[in-house]
Amino acid sequence: MAVDQEKLVGLYTRMLLIRRFEERLLALQKAGELLSSPHTCIGQEAMAVGVCSNLRTNDYIISNHRGHGHLIAKGGDIKRILAEALGKKTGYCKGKGGMLHLANVELGYLASCGIVGGGLPLANGPALASKLRGTDQVTVCFFGDGAACEGTFHEALNLASIWKLPVIFVCENNMYAMTTPASYGISVKDVASRAAGYNMPGVVVDGQDLQAVSDTISEAIALARRGGGPSLIEGKTYRYMAHSGSDEFLAKGGYRTREEIEEWRRKDPVVNLEAMLIEMGALTKADATRIDDGVKAQIDEAVAYSRQSPLPAPEEALEDLFV
Amino acid sequence: MKEMNFVQAVNEGIREEMRRDKSVFVVGEDSASGPLGLAAGLAEEFGRERVINAPLSEEGFVGTAVGAAAAGMRPIVDLSLFSFSYVAFDQIVSHAGKLRHMSGGQFKLPMVILGISGAMSGMAAQHAESPQAMFMNAPGLKIVMPTTPYDGKGLLKASIRDDNPVLFFQHSRVRGLKASIPEEDYVVPLGVAEIRRVGTDVTVVGIGGMVLLALAAAEEFAKEGISVEVIDPRTLVPLDKKTILDSVKKTNRLVILDDAPRTCGAAAEIAAVVVEDDDAFGYLDAPIQRVTREQVPVPFSRPMENFVIPDLNKVKAAIQKVMRKQKR
Repeated sequence: MAVDQEKLVGLYTRMLLIRRFEERLLALQKAGELLSSPHTCIGQEAMAVGVCSNLRTNDYIISNHRGHGHLIAKGGDIKRILAEALGKKTGYCKGKGGMLHLANVELGYLASCGIVGGGLPLANGPALASKLRGTDQVTVCFFGDGAACEGTFHEALNLASIWKLPVIFVCENNMYAMTTPASYGISVKDVASRAAGYNMPGVVVDGQDLQAVSDTISEAIALARRGGGPSLIEGKTYRYMAHSGSDEFLAKGGYRTREEIEEWRRKDPVVNLEAMLIEMGALTKADATRIDDGVKAQIDEAVAYSRQSPLPAPEEALEDLFV
Repeated sequence: MKEMNFVQAVNEGIREEMRRDKSVFVVGEDSASGPLGLAAGLAEEFGRERVINAPLSEEGFVGTAVGAAAAGMRPIVDLSLFSFSYVAFDQIVSHAGKLRHMSGGQFKLPMVILGISGAMSGMAAQHAESPQAMFMNAPGLKIVMPTTPYDGKGLLKASIRDDNPVLFFQHSRVRGLKASIPEEDYVVPLGVAEIRRVGTDVTVVGIGGMVLLALAAAEEFAKEGISVEVIDPRTLVPLDKKTILDSVKKTNRLVILDDAPRTCGAAAEIAAVVVEDDDAFGYLDAPIQRVTREQVPVPFSRPMENFVIPDLNKVKAAIQKVMRKQKR
């Protein structure tokens, strides 16, 4: 397959944007500007971009608490995501949802569920809607290894299968549900092996390899679009930071080792993609620096915008409950 | 006009709304294949794509409906019994009730969840639930509880057309009631109580099928010269507080009937609404009486079941009690 270098550079830029954005969130947290601890996806960027770059604007996403990368990858405006993180009126959810409950209907990003596993049944909804309306829209449901043991996972996959819904369940297996290893909590080695129990394709993919993720999801999307029903994709990936916030738990001798983190850093999706692009001549080191500066400037702009944005009036809490 | 029972009236309402609006669909256990019940006969007209049988996965299919509503459809979920709503509690409370608000109002969530509530002889503890109070307490959920075939159809249609999540309770005592109802399109608005019997001496608010007990008691007390006003709230969220408060200001006495456990029930909420009202509080001549279930699961054996749930004698005793008290 011929590689579209320009497109690949664009995807790399998007991945870098996610990474720098998440890093800035942690810096803002340290400076006391965030209202709560962010659940960052640093290390998981290839999953977000690999999947979302294959979706149309009117395809749907249901995400989870670690959803900033998914929204950015779908085309979300980082100004409005950051404003939401600061609880400002200009945020995507007018400050009502926060970073944990991002939503943007224009991009088809319907909900981020803070209840682990809550999004899986929800994702069958827009999929069923597209089927009833006769469109070929698909829905992607992002969830983690933690959710793979919730009852909702099993119910949702079974329903998607018997109703042949155009939904793709994407598990970002980053090996830990907070501090509990997937190797302990999940009865099988691969979450994807559970697909067989629900009569749908189940694929394991290297979640740190953008091209592999992209190729895998394209197949599943094509299957769903032509009425072939759901798939389960499991990306083996990793988060460097803690479940939320930065990784102080490690310093106290926590649930994982420094060696493990270093091992995964060697497979870093952003670093490795940059290296690959430079090697194929699509980028020079100077280009890469320029892109990084551009991304940082974009984030600076978002920070300034968010700081300058007003907080909502207290009584706004009472709005948007019922139509 | 056509004679039908409550269930048939609701079924008619669903049929009419499905004809009117292609985005309405039904999902529930046995919805497409069950010969009786709320969705009976609908699959034959609309097909099994729009009247969908669900396997036993309440959390799964309720969540599916929530997601479909967020994506522009108007689902009707038939839970069979509200006793089974607990399995889907998270999807109802944390998702249906909250997603719109959390998003800053980016979408509407039009969906109706149907279920039977109330004690039914011999159904025992896990099949006799009346959880309206639990859902009243959760923000973002509307709750209707019609008690006549006319209101059943009208409120069902209004609930489907409402752009918000509506829990539609069919109390067990009203499902068999028969009446002649109009064949042309009509809706009964949410949030409007009905005075079922005008009176002057005591207000009795009957929640769901308890209205029937209230009316039976009123009939008997009329013979003794005591005039009972019976209010059917019809909707619990939003509650028509004004009708209840105006009535209490007229009669000075209030009895509330609820076929649900006592603690923190809907009756407690209505009592609080009255006593915290600057105006109505002063009009009370006696403490408010609640007739509710005992605070235990509903037992199977008939004598115990009857002991636990509200009945006509308990209602009469409560009315007698408020009538005896005189303001000092």
